[in-house]
Parts: sequence; structure tokens; C-alpha cells
Amino acid sequence: MERHLDEELQELKEKLLMMASMAEKNISLSIQCLKERKEEIAQDVYKNEETINFLDIEIDQICMKLLALHQPMAVDLRYITSALKISSELERIADQAVNITDRSLVLINSLPFKPLIDIPRMASMAQSMLKDSIESFIKKDADLARNVCWRDDDMDEMNDQIFRVLLTYMMQEPASIKRAVGLMLIGRHLERIADHSTNISEEVIYYVKGKSIKHHYTD
Amino acid sequence: MKNQPKIEARNVNFYYGSQIALKNINIACEENKVTALIGPSGCGKSTFIRTLNRMNDVIPGIKIEGDILLEGENIYHPKVDVAVLRKRVGMVFQKPNPFPKSIFNNIAYGLRINGMRDKKKIEMIVEKSLKEAALWDEIKDRMDENAFSLSGGQQQRLCIARALAIKPEVILFDEPCSAIDPVATAKIEELIHQLKEHYTVVIVTHNMQQAARVSDFTAFMMLGEIVEYNKTDKIFTNPSNKLTEDYITGRFG
Repeated sequence: MERHLDEELQELKEKLLMMASMAEKNISLSIQCLKERKEEIAQDVYKNEETINFLDIEIDQICMKLLALHQPMAVDLRYITSALKISSELERIADQAVNITDRSLVLINSLPFKPLIDIPRMASMAQSMLKDSIESFIKKDADLARNVCWRDDDMDEMNDQIFRVLLTYMMQEPASIKRAVGLMLIGRHLERIADHSTNISEEVIYYVKGKSIKHHYTD
Repeated sequence: MKNQPKIEARNVNFYYGSQIALKNINIACEENKVTALIGPSGCGKSTFIRTLNRMNDVIPGIKIEGDILLEGENIYHPKVDVAVLRKRVGMVFQKPNPFPKSIFNNIAYGLRINGMRDKKKIEMIVEKSLKEAALWDEIKDRMDENAFSLSGGQQQRLCIARALAIKPEVILFDEPCSAIDPVATAKIEELIHQLKEHYTVVIVTHNMQQAARVSDFTAFMMLGEIVEYNKTDKIFTNPSNKLTEDYITGRFG
């Protein structure tokens, strides 16, 4: 039997997809701003951020309404509570993209001191984790979600490596400290994006399997 | 609110003898929307819905004050033909009440007493009404069977089809799911949701979750009065009145 609830769940899914794609776009724009040293790109990031925040509120309202009016059960209930949490993870991912942009604006107004290799690599890893976490939600693919969780370790390693490299630069050339710290923080922001994507994936596993794997919890 | 409401109560008071059952009811039901009435037993919701097609008229000793307007016309005006009114404002009751006739004749009956003789046309309308009531696929090969051979949920959809056959503008549902199981209830709820495309629906329900699921607007009634009337999502996520909040959260009632 077709349920009119399904239409509303579909609408929720579309909003989440839109929010995710804008968050992903903002990560890529924020790194582009840094790499190409183009200040004007920052404005696009800030503008998109407003839309993302608006979508976050809209998704909260849709979920509240669905919970109150449809009293969803089982997989419907897990879907809606997951959507609620996923949207706040996406909102925080978007905040990190704004943080990266803020730091990039400072960095591009000082002299370049090191070719950017690891940061863009880390950014594309974070982006693909986000993309896959959302894809796993749409396709109800718990294996893909699990795969995203594993990739988080690579991101942590990558971040440690950036930290070590930049520390060496700072020791060699104290004048680079400000810029190096800026890059370090960008690495940290990207690492946080990966953490949020991991959280999304954990939500997906809960939604699909009805089992929580958060904080390495198993029952 | 757009233009004129489809059906509207203005300053309605209703008495059973000397006892007042409805106090100053004011409510406007929008066209092509579902309006639900909720409230504790005895709050007057059934009494109210029955004023909308003058079903209370047959009860001795009743008195009604105020106006019930169907597209702006008072349905209690002495010149109103009650039979015509009830054709325009159909009703589905708590317990399915098919006629002791075949499935086909349950629906054809209303058409025939309204003077329709064309067999082909009757057959066409029967089929269309059953389709609209989401029952056709289940019973299309059983049209000659007695309506009582159907399950409770099917009987209720048959009653809905019977109401639809005479092309009403408004359909009143007085607790349409209280006598049927949850799966059949879900079907009726989906059906009500689809019906609003062509009809205006008013539903009384004891089950406030049902009101939440099917309606666009909800009125919360208590002791013969409307306590709060608003969009359903507002009522169920953030009601303005403390009494409404207490009722829908199960603190009383």
C-alpha cells in the first residue's frame, strides 16, 4: 500500500541531499580559495553557508512534524531520527568549511611559504568520505557506511603527518609560525569534517541495521 | 484563509432539551482540506458534526441556534430541502452499515432512488466509486455477493463508496475507524488523504494520532466548546492553549 508518509519522507531525503551537496561544495570552495589565492571565492562560501543553515532549520521542522503527526515506527522512526542527526552533522561540516575559509583569507594575504600538497589531498579525502556517507544513507548501504568509518583512521594519520611537517618548518623558520599554525588548523578542520562524516555513517548503520556502533559500542 | 470556507459554523449553540451541548461554536472548514475534531468523550464533537448535515433533526427536543453555512447558505433555512442537503453533505458512520443487499446494489441503490435508470451509467458510477474508495481491485469479481460477506474494513470502504456515488461536496466521517483493525484503519486513512483532492472532509475521531495523520486542520473541543482550532501541525507540535497541550500529551482525558 502506498502511504502519503512516503512522499514526505522523500521530501526530507531531497532536502538532506541538497544540504549535503552544498556542504561538499563549500569544502571544495574553501580549499580552492586557499590554493588559488582567490579572495572572492570566500563570498560564495559564506553565501552557501546561509542556505545550509536555513536547510538545517527546515529539516528540523520537517522531522518534528513527521514525528508528531505520523507517529512513525521501526525503520521509519530510525530514518527520521537519523535524518535529524545527519542534518546537524552536515551543518557542523559546513561550519568547518567556513572556518577553513576564514583561515585561508588570512593565509592568502601573507606570502606563500610551502607548496600545498597534503591539505588538498586531505580535503579530497574528506569530501569523498562525506559523499560516501550520504550515498550510504540514500542507498541504505551499511557496508559503504562502515568503509567510511575505517577511512577516518587514514585522515587522522594524514593530520598527524601534516602536523609533523609543519612543526619542522616552524622550528627551522620561526617567521613561518603564523602561517604554519594556520595550515595546521586547516588540517584540523578537515580532520573534523571526516569525524562528522564518520558520525553520519554510524547513523546510517543504525538506520539500516537498527544497531548502534557509536563509541565502538556493541551489544 | 482563501475566499469562502466550504462549510462554516457561526455562533452555534445546541441543546438536548434544556441541556446545552454546544456553546458558541465558530469554525470554518476550508474546501479540499481535512478538518478533524478531537476531544474527550462527551465534548460535543459528534453532536457538532451531525449538525453539519442536520442528522440531529430526528432527535426529539433538540434546539439549535446560530448558523451553519454551506458555501455561504444557511442549511437550517426553512426552505432548505434536507434530502438535497444530505446529498451534498454525505456521511460515513462509526460502524460500517451496508444495506443487506449485494455489493453492487449497495452503491446502485442511492443512484436509483435519485432517479437514475441508465444501467450502463449506473455500472460506470459503481465502478468509479469503488475505485475512488480503493476497494475495486479487491471485490471486482464479487459484485453480486452480499455486502456482509466483506470484512469490516472493506464494509467501511463500501460505505464510503456508497457516499461517493451520489457525488457529495462534503463528506463527514464520524469515527470511521473505531470498529476496524489497524491495517484496515491505515487503508481508510490513506483513502481520506486522497479524497480531499475532490472533496471537503470533516472527521470526528477519538484517536488523536489519527487526527494528526489525516487532517490539515484540527479543532480541540471540550465541554461543548472549541478550545483551539488551528493547523494540525501547529496543534500537535506547539499548541497555543494549555488545555490542548494537556489533552494531546495524555495528561487528562
